[in-house]
Amino acid sequence: MTANLRGATAFIGAADTTVGVVPDLNATELCVQAALAAIKDAGLEKGDIDGLITCNSMAQPIMYHAEAIAEYMQIFPRYCSSVNTGGGTTFSAVHHAASAIATGMADTIVISMGDSLRSGMTREQAAKTQSSTGHPLYEQVYGQTVPSYYALIAQAHMAEYGTTQAQYAEIAVAARAHAAGNPTAQKREPISVDDVLASRMIADPLHLLDCSLMSDGGSAVVMTSAERAQDRPHAPVYLLGVGEGHSHEHIMAARSLTTSAAVEAGQRAYAMAGANVADIDFAQLYDCFTPTVLIELEDLGFCAKGEGGDFSASGALKPGGSLPVNTHGGLLSHCHPGNPGSMFALTETIQQLRHNCGDRQLAKAETALVHAQGGIMSSHAAVILARDVQ
Amino acid sequence: MSNSALDKEFQAGCARGELRLQHCSACGHTQFYPRIICAACGNDALSWVAANGPGTVASFTKVRQAIDPKFKDLLPYVVALIDLQEGPRMMSVIIDADVDTLQIGDSVTLDFMPWGDDALRPVFKVAE
Ligand SMILES: [Zn+2]
Repeated sequence: MTANLRGATAFIGAADTTVGVVPDLNATELCVQAALAAIKDAGLEKGDIDGLITCNSMAQPIMYHAEAIAEYMQIFPRYCSSVNTGGGTTFSAVHHAASAIATGMADTIVISMGDSLRSGMTREQAAKTQSSTGHPLYEQVYGQTVPSYYALIAQAHMAEYGTTQAQYAEIAVAARAHAAGNPTAQKREPISVDDVLASRMIADPLHLLDCSLMSDGGSAVVMTSAERAQDRPHAPVYLLGVGEGHSHEHIMAARSLTTSAAVEAGQRAYAMAGANVADIDFAQLYDCFTPTVLIELEDLGFCAKGEGGDFSASGALKPGGSLPVNTHGGLLSHCHPGNPGSMFALTETIQQLRHNCGDRQLAKAETALVHAQGGIMSSHAAVILARDVQ
Repeated sequence: MSNSALDKEFQAGCARGELRLQHCSACGHTQFYPRIICAACGNDALSWVAANGPGTVASFTKVRQAIDPKFKDLLPYVVALIDLQEGPRMMSVIIDADVDTLQIGDSVTLDFMPWGDDALRPVFKVAE
């Protein structure tokens, strides 16, 4: 039996902290500040919150993280959980929250995440912690870095489908073009394909500008039932569909280097939403490195398998394109504080669907797909959000 | 992660220049990395077999920036996913590879050498 989650829950609050370099706040404080701001955005008091989901921090790990955040805020939820599936955590958390609301485990849930990879850790510490996703005995012993794991995927896609470095670079260029219009983004100066290709090679074929940022930041949302979401300060943004796919942890054990479990995550989300690709006005796709976006475009059905390169180079992803992607600037240009990274894609989507984005408001923003993945293209979650439930 | 008895048996193989895979007598599957069950059929009727050595490159990259100091002296180096003749895929490095001519699908052969520490590790070289 599956509960019908389509349109059953909605986002009523969304908020980000300052992002980028935020040395005066630690990871716990970023998480708490984001949570309190999202609760305020929803027009609620902290006492109205009876569910809390967080993810652990890399800079300031806490064994029982959600409990520690609840204690810090002095809230006493009846549902309290930390989740961890890498960068896919964000939307797995949304899946958990929607299910918990639908089954009565909680009425109003805050999902809050924060971390300080930039200021709370040295560059070496942050890189080492993230690269520990590799198998300690059978992968890490060869000296891989996170970019090198993703480079293996990028190289395989190039060999199989003729994808080029310039096509990967187009994704970084599009992200920066969106970020240029977003005052909160960490990197806003426009870049060209040539800039990306001229930047230092990190792990062939990935250049420095194919890689996401290292940031501090926190972000939170408030979810509740569709009934309770009415008559709040902001129009509700409904959860129409959510789906996950999990194919491996270690890239050596991936079923495929070039087709990911975003396929299943997308199919499950579309099926629940009763929607298809043609219904999606814009998308936020996990962009820790440029090749992930290219593969996700294919695997989520926005173009055929193997055509992600041409699609990315067509201008479709840019502001004004047929499928604007990562409209806040993404992990590549907005910010990337580790696992919380996709939260900013979610809050951006909520703001776009509220038609609340000012100068960079998309002309058409009725239905959106947001996707995140964790590990090395390992765990995937896709969520479809909309202004209305038809 | 602490090493289990299986991991230690694998490492003992490496120490004498043997890449140990597991063969399942129930279904014939050969697997890497070592597990307590056959990943194909779930049976535990597993025994060690030594890899013959030939493999092909499934993907590769040149690492130009390392994190762990023990790998910095080795930079730049080519890490790769290798499809072994017996079927399993494993992570390794390709020694003395020219990244400008190396291609996915190229043939490689097994060798052993210390890599980042004193332990002998399975590594690969481009086949002649
Ligand atoms: Zn078997």
